[in-house]
Amino acid sequence: MSAEPHPLPVPALSVQHLSVAYHEQPVLWDVSWASPPAGLVAIVGPNGAGKSTLLKAVFDLVPRLSGEVRIFGRPLAEARRRVGYLPQRASVDWDFPATALQVAAMGRYPCAGWFRPLPRAERERARAALAEVDMADLAARQIGQLSGGQQQRVFLARALALEADLYLMDEPFAGVDAATERAIVEVLQRLTREGRTVIAVHHDLATAPQYFAHVLLLNVRAIAAGPMAITFTPENLARTYGGRLSLLEQAVAAAQGGRAGL
Amino acid sequence: MTEFLQLDLAPMLAATLACLACGLLGNLLLLTRQSLLGDAISHAVLPGIVAGFWVSGTRAAAPMVAGAMAAAVGATLLIALVRSRARLEPGAAMGVVFSGFFALGLVLIEVSGAHAVDLDVDCVLYGQLEALIWPAATGPGSLLDPVALAEFPAEAKTLALVLLLILGLLALLWKELRLAAFDPDFARSIGFAPRALSLLVLVMVSVACVAAFWAVGSILVIAALVAPAAIARLLTDAYARQFLLSGAAALAMGAGGYWAAALAPRVLGLDHGLNAAGMMAVTAGLLLVGACLLGRRGPAGRAQRRVAIPVRAPAAAE
Repeated sequence: MSAEPHPLPVPALSVQHLSVAYHEQPVLWDVSWASPPAGLVAIVGPNGAGKSTLLKAVFDLVPRLSGEVRIFGRPLAEARRRVGYLPQRASVDWDFPATALQVAAMGRYPCAGWFRPLPRAERERARAALAEVDMADLAARQIGQLSGGQQQRVFLARALALEADLYLMDEPFAGVDAATERAIVEVLQRLTREGRTVIAVHHDLATAPQYFAHVLLLNVRAIAAGPMAITFTPENLARTYGGRLSLLEQAVAAAQGGRAGL
Repeated sequence: MTEFLQLDLAPMLAATLACLACGLLGNLLLLTRQSLLGDAISHAVLPGIVAGFWVSGTRAAAPMVAGAMAAAVGATLLIALVRSRARLEPGAAMGVVFSGFFALGLVLIEVSGAHAVDLDVDCVLYGQLEALIWPAATGPGSLLDPVALAEFPAEAKTLALVLLLILGLLALLWKELRLAAFDPDFARSIGFAPRALSLLVLVMVSVACVAAFWAVGSILVIAALVAPAAIARLLTDAYARQFLLSGAAALAMGAGGYWAAALAPRVLGLDHGLNAAGMMAVTAGLLLVGACLLGRRGPAGRAQRRVAIPVRAPAAAE
């Protein structure tokens, strides 16, 4: 952890007046939000609400119409080594000829730098990151031969190998088995115990209050944000999910703490 | 022996070097599912090559490479423009642009008078391997004789230089190119410029296309770009082995195809040679069939791997 002296805790991530559009269709509109300085934060909202786009906009992966992004109070270029990205698992071709270790080792590339092979010590740190997600035995396995949950663990190991202070994760729980979900939760909790911040796009309304301490409710605009207990209310969820009745019912059931409706 | 050195060594070497240069780069196109882009570039460079030839009046490499680069960049930009303005699917945009560029090149050949010298449609389609002769060779000693080597066909030397350049870049940017090919978004998030890297690959593809043009012809450049990588992909799931096997396949395609075309008829007692570029593509096709049947991903390999079928979750795209 590179601790910077600051009189007030700086938000791990803050965006101001962020707008993004695809083909003239706004995906994010004038979103201003400051995350808490540490802890587990969920970004929740319906499909097409711009959740993934928000993470991509932080890393300049999509063109912004307007807005500013700060990581620990700094622009991305100055804070790149403090922030790590875990893309959606479905965003890459898992048929690619690479081993689990080769993928995890990509998290050590910033330390290794350009124009040279990865030093052995860095590869060993990537191996250690794989061990943290119980994937040490499968380090030499081709990624195409891993299950969905194992592939997600490899992605998580690559993120851990970055040793970042802030993680932006796009649906870390999408399509994984129950054991992997528990393993990921444990890793996320360990990260926050170490004082790091994890901001994750999360789809499952039932587990959101269980796993995360803070929430940003997003639907093109920022609807509400704050501690889970006072923000994740039926009223706010209704505003976020709009007229989508079935989703709304799920949301309300989830907000009332029951898993019955799911 | 002297006859082999004079007539066959240079074309065989040029064919093999062309297949190696294109085949190794082809891996990076195949692994990013852009093989069609190689096709597009190999065709789109033609008007640039003809224009370079027309302006300079010689077959010197520099003006043609410059023209080819301009055409390749122009075609790439035009493809992007057609995609965004007309909202066509990428394949359609590429198909329209590269066939248009190729046709423009053929028209340029006709109107420029280049065909009167030594650039004609046949040469564009099939290459000009038989023109690469080394009359200065007097025996095996010529291989070490600087005076005789100076007379060695320039096309083969250019190809050797391009191959060295490609090998150098692959060695220097081994992990960077793999990262950018596998996950460009993550690469960008950690500051490893994937767009610059993929642009570099495209520039190298157009350089290789121009250099290989004289050996195997514009159309067969695509076979050299796609086939070795495809053959290797059928045989392995390991990244480094993918490049090694594609190199071996390119070697077999270039040298084997040339041998089948030029030497086999003599051995078999036919009184005419076969078209070298054609035989190279045929050799590659046969290798591909063999790889299909024997490879890990073919019927034989699939039976072995049936145990471990990856479980895929539905893509939650947003």
